Amino acid sequence: MTDLKQFTDFDTQLKTAGPAWLGELRQRGVNRFHKVGFPGARDEDWRHTNINPIVRGSFDLAAAGSPELAESLVQKYSFGEDAAVELVFLNGHFSAQFSKLGKKCAGVTIGSLAKAAENSAEMICPQLGQHATIESSPFVALNTGVISDGAIVHIARNLTFEGVIHLLFVNTKPATNPAVSHPRVLVVAEDNVGVAIVETYAGDSGRYWTNAVTEIVCGKDCRIDHNKFQQESRNAYHTAVQHVRLDRGAQFVSHSTTLGGLLTRNDLICHMAGDGAYATLNGLVILSGEQHCDNHTLLDHAMPNCPSHELYKHVLDGAATAVFKGKILVRKDAQKTDSKQNSKGLLLSDRATFNAMPALEIYADDVKCTHGSTTGPVDDEAMYYIRSRGVSLEAARHLLTYAFAADVTRRIKVEPVRRRIETFMAEQHGLPQDLRIQDLASFDEDVL
Amino acid sequence: MSSPLLEVRNLHAGLKDKQILKGVDLKINAGEVHAIMGKNGSGKSTLANVIMGREVYEVTQGEILFEGKDVLDMDPEERAREGIFLAFQYPVEIPGVSTSYFLKAAVNATRKHRGLKELDAAEMIKLVKEKMTLLKMDASFMNRAINEGFSGGEKKRNEVFQMAVCDPRLCLMDETDSGLDIDALKVVANGANTLRRPDRGILIVTHYQRLLDYMKPDFVHVMIDGRIVKSGGPELALKLEKQGYDWVEKEVAVTA
Repeated sequence: MTDLKQFTDFDTQLKTAGPAWLGELRQRGVNRFHKVGFPGARDEDWRHTNINPIVRGSFDLAAAGSPELAESLVQKYSFGEDAAVELVFLNGHFSAQFSKLGKKCAGVTIGSLAKAAENSAEMICPQLGQHATIESSPFVALNTGVISDGAIVHIARNLTFEGVIHLLFVNTKPATNPAVSHPRVLVVAEDNVGVAIVETYAGDSGRYWTNAVTEIVCGKDCRIDHNKFQQESRNAYHTAVQHVRLDRGAQFVSHSTTLGGLLTRNDLICHMAGDGAYATLNGLVILSGEQHCDNHTLLDHAMPNCPSHELYKHVLDGAATAVFKGKILVRKDAQKTDSKQNSKGLLLSDRATFNAMPALEIYADDVKCTHGSTTGPVDDEAMYYIRSRGVSLEAARHLLTYAFAADVTRRIKVEPVRRRIETFMAEQHGLPQDLRIQDLASFDEDVL
Repeated sequence: MSSPLLEVRNLHAGLKDKQILKGVDLKINAGEVHAIMGKNGSGKSTLANVIMGREVYEVTQGEILFEGKDVLDMDPEERAREGIFLAFQYPVEIPGVSTSYFLKAAVNATRKHRGLKELDAAEMIKLVKEKMTLLKMDASFMNRAINEGFSGGEKKRNEVFQMAVCDPRLCLMDETDSGLDIDALKVVANGANTLRRPDRGILIVTHYQRLLDYMKPDFVHVMIDGRIVKSGGPELALKLEKQGYDWVEKEVAVTA
């Protein structure tokens, strides 16, 4: 029997850090986690992901560590001038030294969650833990139980934030024992707000565990572009739960990219809580070796006239495994729901596997829901076509793999994210960096 | 005397459980345009794809010689670099890769094989612009994903355009006329016509006479059930157009 206390009883300081309401929230998280424990092997939602390495592991609570150790990683993953604001977290701890707070503007709060919990409780308290509830998942309960720091992005109504907000979580190799961090992100966009946010989780080596929770609240008519880019150490564990709530007419786009980690589990819950909300969930998973990634998404249609589109693609080499479980829930009142889901797996090796599980649960009678999934090696017909023009078998396979992923990356609007994935693909496949299809407007100068 | 550009001898080929080509003989010399006509399922498209090296087809007997070299052991890309080009009946859509990159990779693979210097971006642009004019194509073509969202006509035009850019010795045109309206047909046929050259051979696979109105063949062959049963000049195509294939079938039955 696993001793659950070792996951929560780190030190007494943590229990008393921050305001009293935060301490209470933490205690509820601890209680909940101790009550339910980790999901068991029989839990349907966890059947395809073996979390024993986490459950049986022993993790120290990650310390911030020395900035010198983190510097090269921060540099590698920083957006530099491409970010308007960049908050950097070293092993889950906010680093003022590496962060760029940008210029102050009225109605915009972007910064450390711990600090905001002290100074702006009225902004945090009503939202934190209200969307990603401790009951929703043991991993949320655990994150909440040891909550200490993370990021807050709060934007007041009618503001369009110019530029990209980058939340960069960098993890260094633990000195001795594996370490765990529990980063927490809260995004609150009031009515009619436009903003683009990127969460990057990165590390280069070592065994550690990131257990992240993100809550995103979108007010009426918001336009939110959210990107999650994960390139943790290839020995790391990464579990992340993201809860999104969309009010009337809000438009939410999610791009989730998984390149790193030994074991990754992402839960993305999108609650369409207002008439006419519009959600787009795109995902790209590129794995090799023994890597495993399990993406669970839930599109919860609670109100009428909401379209949702979902496209998840997986490029799997070596003995990598990927799982995609996409559930579309259409509640009784969600008439005129228009939901399309598609998941695809490209298998580059005989040992790689992709497991797709679309699930529809529909209680309204006037809805359009479709789902599809395909898995297989590169298309023979396309291979033949390319080879018949003189391109080698190997190069044709690389080109088609790139093309498969580009179908997702071309939808990414945040340039540094898109570039990072394209570079990763080009390097992996020995392709030039200039493969991207240019925008038509710039065609004449650039191509011809 | 130099060897013919293409020589197909007693070619038998098919899918695993189905024989399609049952002894094809065909000789194409440089400078000639040949047309193979026949009903659906007669094997004419299979012939074009077997010459290109499509791996689903198994060659059980016979030879294919290109400029005197046996190509049966060559992969499709090797045959392409040697100078064979197939304009596909159903060009494949490849989202995510631009036509410009694809063409550059294709042209340079062949140039490298022939010991020529690879083209740089500027040289490539010059070549491409010239061929685009030939096929009345919009410059935006180059920056679109390969065939993605193209109409049937655009796809066929793109095939002939690529053929012009790749500069092959032997052009195989697999039903390039199907799915084209009359205006598109004219552009595609006129474009293809400019590719006629004394050092190049062209093999047109088609159902209909209409493409041949614009691209007059030197030789016309009729294929029935995996064999070339009759050969003649351009007048044979006209006769087939007017009278159909029944008379050929009868003639073959009598001589058999």
